[in-house]
Amino acid sequence: MSNESEKGYLYFPGCSLKSTGRAYEESLLELFRLLDIPLQELDDWNCCGATSYMGIDEEAAFVLGARNLSIACQTPGRDLMAPCSACYMVLRKTQDYTSKYPQVRREVEAAMKRADLPMPGQVKIRHPLEILYHDVGAERLKNLKKRNWLGGTIACYYGCQAVRPYSDVDDAYNPVKMDELLRAMGVQTIDYCLKTKCCAGVLTGTVPPVGRRVNYILLKEAVRKGAQAVVTICPLCQINLDAYQKEISAESGERFDIPILYLPQVLGWMLGGRKKELAFHRCIAGRRYLNEWLRETKEEEAYV
Amino acid sequence: MERQIRYQREARPAWGAEIAKLPGCERLYSCIQCGTCSGTCPMSLYMDYTPRRVIALIREGFYKDALSCRTIWLCASCYSCSSRCPQDIKVTDIMYALKREAIKRKVYPSRFPTPVLAREFYRLVKMFGRNSEFLLVFLLTLKTNPLGFLTMARTGIALLLTGRLSPKVEMIRDAARLRKALEPKEVA
Repeated sequence: MSNESEKGYLYFPGCSLKSTGRAYEESLLELFRLLDIPLQELDDWNCCGATSYMGIDEEAAFVLGARNLSIACQTPGRDLMAPCSACYMVLRKTQDYTSKYPQVRREVEAAMKRADLPMPGQVKIRHPLEILYHDVGAERLKNLKKRNWLGGTIACYYGCQAVRPYSDVDDAYNPVKMDELLRAMGVQTIDYCLKTKCCAGVLTGTVPPVGRRVNYILLKEAVRKGAQAVVTICPLCQINLDAYQKEISAESGERFDIPILYLPQVLGWMLGGRKKELAFHRCIAGRRYLNEWLRETKEEEAYV
Repeated sequence: MERQIRYQREARPAWGAEIAKLPGCERLYSCIQCGTCSGTCPMSLYMDYTPRRVIALIREGFYKDALSCRTIWLCASCYSCSSRCPQDIKVTDIMYALKREAIKRKVYPSRFPTPVLAREFYRLVKMFGRNSEFLLVFLLTLKTNPLGFLTMARTGIALLLTGRLSPKVEMIRDAARLRKALEPKEVA
């Protein structure tokens, strides 16, 4: 276990983790509780601006990021964890562009001054996948393992903004850290060639035919390769793959009913977490499989 | 009938040069038109101009075509093009720059939901400091496709039943100061 994980992390939930992606927050908090790593939610954080702000007002987009970073800097010495891929990317971009482009820095400085907010110093922005991989490590997870995974083969879906354009979390096109963690825990994963293809993001809501087609392709490939569940690390990927499976089935004539889970849900379950605390009840698709896989009885727990 | 080819005199190369000055757009003129961006783009098959063609349009200064095309509103910001470009062009940033120009000049395709969503999202976050997914979807559907409430009902109900959609709007404590930072005109 590294120093960072003993100190704990500051935690930036973002808007999705408080609503449509609630299961991500709940399972992440439970997993970190099981790992005994303290998390502190960033005080009075604001929306990261996601992809929409960049497309309307770039200065405002960076100001949103700068305010969050400046709050994080008030608690020095701890890394800032951003579980949502969009939040992670926007915070990283704010840091990158304010240091790389003097004109961006000047604009952000002026805006922060107007509102009497301090300019942020340096804070390290981290994604939970990379924290679990580097700071916690597969070895420690393996030692804490209490249950086997009965849910069969998994497709690890990394999505786009966690690995691009900043590739510190994992490789931009062939990330493997999620697969490695799960394999170390004894879970089979497929070679999912679409693992970094976009889930269509907000387009699933704004241009449904396009969004659903993209998600149909993602689901079909996972099923074709033999996956029984897809595991994600982003709230937008999760909702896009999870919430429209009935519509996608109707349009394609193929039947999709496959659970879309968050990485902390699967890891948390194997570390002995409870079904409710890990928020499995918030899944929409594949519920009957989840009921079959996740049994909390004593005999089942003695499996390992 | 609209003429399908463009004359050179309609182009404004100076406009392209302005775009190239924006943060992230600086390598615009190094494009070799290889089409890697279009090939890797998951949305290009729905676009009227592929990303490669949009770059070419900006460079030549055909601003009307570059700004009014649907391409920029189909970009999901997955950064595939930016990561794969052999010339290190940040195509995603160029798309963002065009979105901003199009909104400023009000030339985006009417009733196309993506820019409407972006603007409603912008307003909500400015007002509350956080986004409300419930309100956002409601406003978007109301403004672009009221019949959409019917087709979206199943997903909406499923999300409500799993506790993933709440009509509650969260507001940050420091919303007033954040608004000040976002709105230069109010103080000036």
